[in-house]
Order: sequence, then structure tokens, then C-alpha cells
Amino acid sequence: MNDDNPIGINRREMLASGFATAAATSVPISAQAKPQPADQPNRMKVTMTVNGEKRTLDLDTRTTLLDALREHLELTGTKKGCDHGQCGACTVIVDGRRINSCLSLAVMHPEAEVTTIEGLGKPDKLHPMQSAFIRHDGYQCGYCTPGQICSAVSTLQEMRDGIPSHVTADLEGTPPFSVDELRERMSGNICRCGAYSNIMEAMLDVAGERA
Amino acid sequence: MRAFSFERATSPAEAAAAVARTPGAKFIAGGTNLLDLMKLEIETPTHLVDVNDLGLDKITPTDDGGLRIGALVRNTDLAADNRVRRDYGVLSRALLAGASGQLRNKATTAGNLLQRTRCPYFYDPAMPCNKRKPGSGCAAIGGFNRNLAIMGVSDKCIATHPSDMAVAMRALDATVETVKPDGKTRAIPIADFHRLPGDTPQIETNLQPGECITAVTLPRPIGGKHVYHKVRDRASYAFALISVAAVVRDDGTGRLAFGGLAHKPWRVEAAEAKIGDGAKAVTDIALAGAKTTPQNAFKLPLVERTLGGILTEARA
Repeated sequence: MNDDNPIGINRREMLASGFATAAATSVPISAQAKPQPADQPNRMKVTMTVNGEKRTLDLDTRTTLLDALREHLELTGTKKGCDHGQCGACTVIVDGRRINSCLSLAVMHPEAEVTTIEGLGKPDKLHPMQSAFIRHDGYQCGYCTPGQICSAVSTLQEMRDGIPSHVTADLEGTPPFSVDELRERMSGNICRCGAYSNIMEAMLDVAGERA
Repeated sequence: MRAFSFERATSPAEAAAAVARTPGAKFIAGGTNLLDLMKLEIETPTHLVDVNDLGLDKITPTDDGGLRIGALVRNTDLAADNRVRRDYGVLSRALLAGASGQLRNKATTAGNLLQRTRCPYFYDPAMPCNKRKPGSGCAAIGGFNRNLAIMGVSDKCIATHPSDMAVAMRALDATVETVKPDGKTRAIPIADFHRLPGDTPQIETNLQPGECITAVTLPRPIGGKHVYHKVRDRASYAFALISVAAVVRDDGTGRLAFGGLAHKPWRVEAAEAKIGDGAKAVTDIALAGAKTTPQNAFKLPLVERTLGGILTEARA
């Protein structure tokens, strides 16, 4: 996963082993607890195409699309921020539309086509929006970036499809690729570092407009 | 989140019957509000009936020159529909003023009507709330109520209905079409769809248990200038402090509905006769009987001034 990692263990494996240790030392309490029949997990199979690959999962029905991607398919590029649809860090593209993957159950998506940040481009062949974010320094900590990029790609598509926005002056006209339009359309993606102006530059660059 | 079983319904009547026969069952369409509430265990369904396969995702003309909007039409698609943009601009504008791009892509027409209040005390299980736990009291009355209701309130609840879409539909005299668990259909005027809180704020609509929304119909276009003006604490992705849905014709007649004021979209038809006399004449009637708190009394002048701006714009 990371060739220049000297100890051959990635951050995620490190975290996972840490949690396993913590769990092992605190097991007695949960082991004593009686099972609660009223709250038994229900499992269900779902098959969807994720980044071009057909994947079948057997999931607790409560599993969100976000958790299915991160915890079951190990596609950890998509991030969990607020887990309530307020921050946009979990944005992925499902059947051509951006959605909050935290507010959708995986079992609601049989046969869906899901694209995550890992599916947009690869390190040696980046999506133009990924390249533009790098070129324009459209992030600081990077946590919101996968959601920002998926949202930005979909935003430009929505504009090409002629979908109006709150700031579109003429409801029946074609929305212009203006800063006002892009800012309004990207309001569902929060950046705690405040990289908004560079994200805007990256989007304008990809849209073929310069600020 | 509590555990639940899950099924995918194949027809509206089957979906209605499935919810009616399973105690604790709920429909799920977009899921954007329901899952939010399930994670907080404010909603705790034991069974979910997924209605996404019901084919109710079309917008079609009605025989009398209006539009029938399928219950599952996504907010994005409804706002972007060319007929809606041309003939029912206030509805497009209201939808585009709500939520975020991601949420509008998933949220449905029926789900938007059925979304729950964003009253902070409803969302906080540590606090009393007659809507979340009937009989527990209302922490909002006497609490932080700056953005809560001033019209049609009761001493049990001062929550507002959060939808923008529903406010525009109220101005357009929309009708909600449903199917009941026994397979019978009915049409509910949107004026009678949502309820005021009264003594039972936990009952928010006049739907019967298991009754499934299949469509919302709009009557034939009424022309006029369509405006939806939403005033909020930030420029995008925030719920309304107040909103005004207006259709104003050249002859001075029109329709007005208000959001952010009540447990349902607020409309007083008698006030619309005063449109020609200006905003104050309208709000003197539409907002008569307002019950404000020191924190939310600002909504009265805010509605009047917002409406004043709209009427000036409409006359220009």
C-alpha cells in the first residue's frame, strides 16, 4: 500500500490493532451482558458495482453505504466526518449523482454503480479534478478532500446537464460557470481548514474558466 | 442505531399493507432525514419498507392541464424539470433554496413533505419534547426558541415544519395522492395534509397508519410572477428563519404562503385580497394572533419586510 513505509504497517492496520487490543482487555463486561432479542441484527446480501468492480456483501441492515465502503470494502478514501449529512466528507457518486453516503443504507443500493475517490483516478492517472486540486493547493489537512473532489466533479456535470441552482438568475436559462454558482453548489461540503478559494480555482480550471 | 429488518416493496398498495401489518414499520425512500434520526435513536423503526422500486419517479401531465409529481421524484429532478421551471417557478426556487446538492439528489417529494422538525429539543434526547416523547413537556417553550414557531402554536409544542418545498406547494394548492393499506386511494388537499401541534404534536400529518404517498399533483398553471424568498442565518445550506412563497399576477391578485412560522406551511387566503394594499395590510391578517417569544418576535417584522420587497419587485 505504501512502499516507503519502513516498518511495513500502514496507519489503518496500526489503528485496527490498537482497537483490537483495547477490545481484548475490556471484553468481560460485554461477555456478561445477556443478548437482547428485540435488537438482534438482521443481515442481508447486496451486490453493487464499486469503481467498476462487482462486489457482493453480506451486511447488517444498519450498515450505511459509507461504512460498507470503508469497513467492508476497505475503500477508506471516502471519509466519515459528521455522519449526519452536514459536512459532505462522505460524498460519493452513485448512478451518476453525488450523494452523502452516510445517509444511505447499503441495502438500498442493489445493482448501483458507485464511484469513490479511488475510482475517479489512480496515482499514476489522476482525474483532471484530482490534478487540479493538487495544482491549486485545494486542501490543507486533506480530510474533506475526497468528498470535495467527488462533489466538484458532480457539480460540473450537474451544470453541464443544465440543472439550476439557488443563485441562477434565469431559471429557464443555462447556468454560467461563475464563482457564485460554484460556491452555492458546493455548500454541502465543509472545509475546516478553509481551502475554499483554492478549491474554487481548481474547479474553474477544470471547467475551462479562469478566475 | 437500533436493529431493523428490511424489505423492498414492489407496489404502492403492497408497501402500505406491509407497513400497516408490521408494528414499528416505516417507509424509507431517500432516507436523508430518517437515517439521521435513526442514528440518534429518535426514530427507532423495527422494520423498513424500501419504496424506491415503486416506479413513482415520473412527472406527468394531468388531464386538467396540471402536473402529477411521483412521490419518488428526487428534489433535484423536480427543481430542474422544464415544466416546473416554466410554469411553477416558485416550486423550483423553493427546492433549490433547501438542503445541499447531495441531499437534493437523494431526497424525494414525499419524504420532503414528511420530514421532521429541526427543533433543537426534538433532536436532543436528554431534553423533554412532547413530539419525541408525548407527555414529557416542551423544553423549547422558555428555552432557546429563536427559530421556532409563532403561528398556530400550542402550549405543548412550538416546532416549525422545516420544508421549503411544502410552502411553495401550499401556495400552488397542490394535492397529495395516497394509497391506503386496503388498496383504496384518496387525494388530500395540501392545506389539510399537515396538522397544527395542538395536544398531539407527535401526530404531524393526517395520513392514516400505513397510508403511502404516491404523488403530489399541481393544478393547471396560474401564471404570474413566481418568487420564493428565504431568509436564513447563512447564504446557503441552512433552514429558514422565515420564507415567503409568492405568486403575484399583474392585476394585483396572487397567492402567498409562509415558511418558518408554524407546524405547517402557513397560508391565510383572506390576506391575499390585500396584496394591492401592501405588505402590512397582508401581514395584519395573515399573522393575526401570532404568539411570539422575546427571541422570535423578530419574525413578525421580518415577514412584513420580506413580503414588502417581493411586492415591490413584482410591481417593477
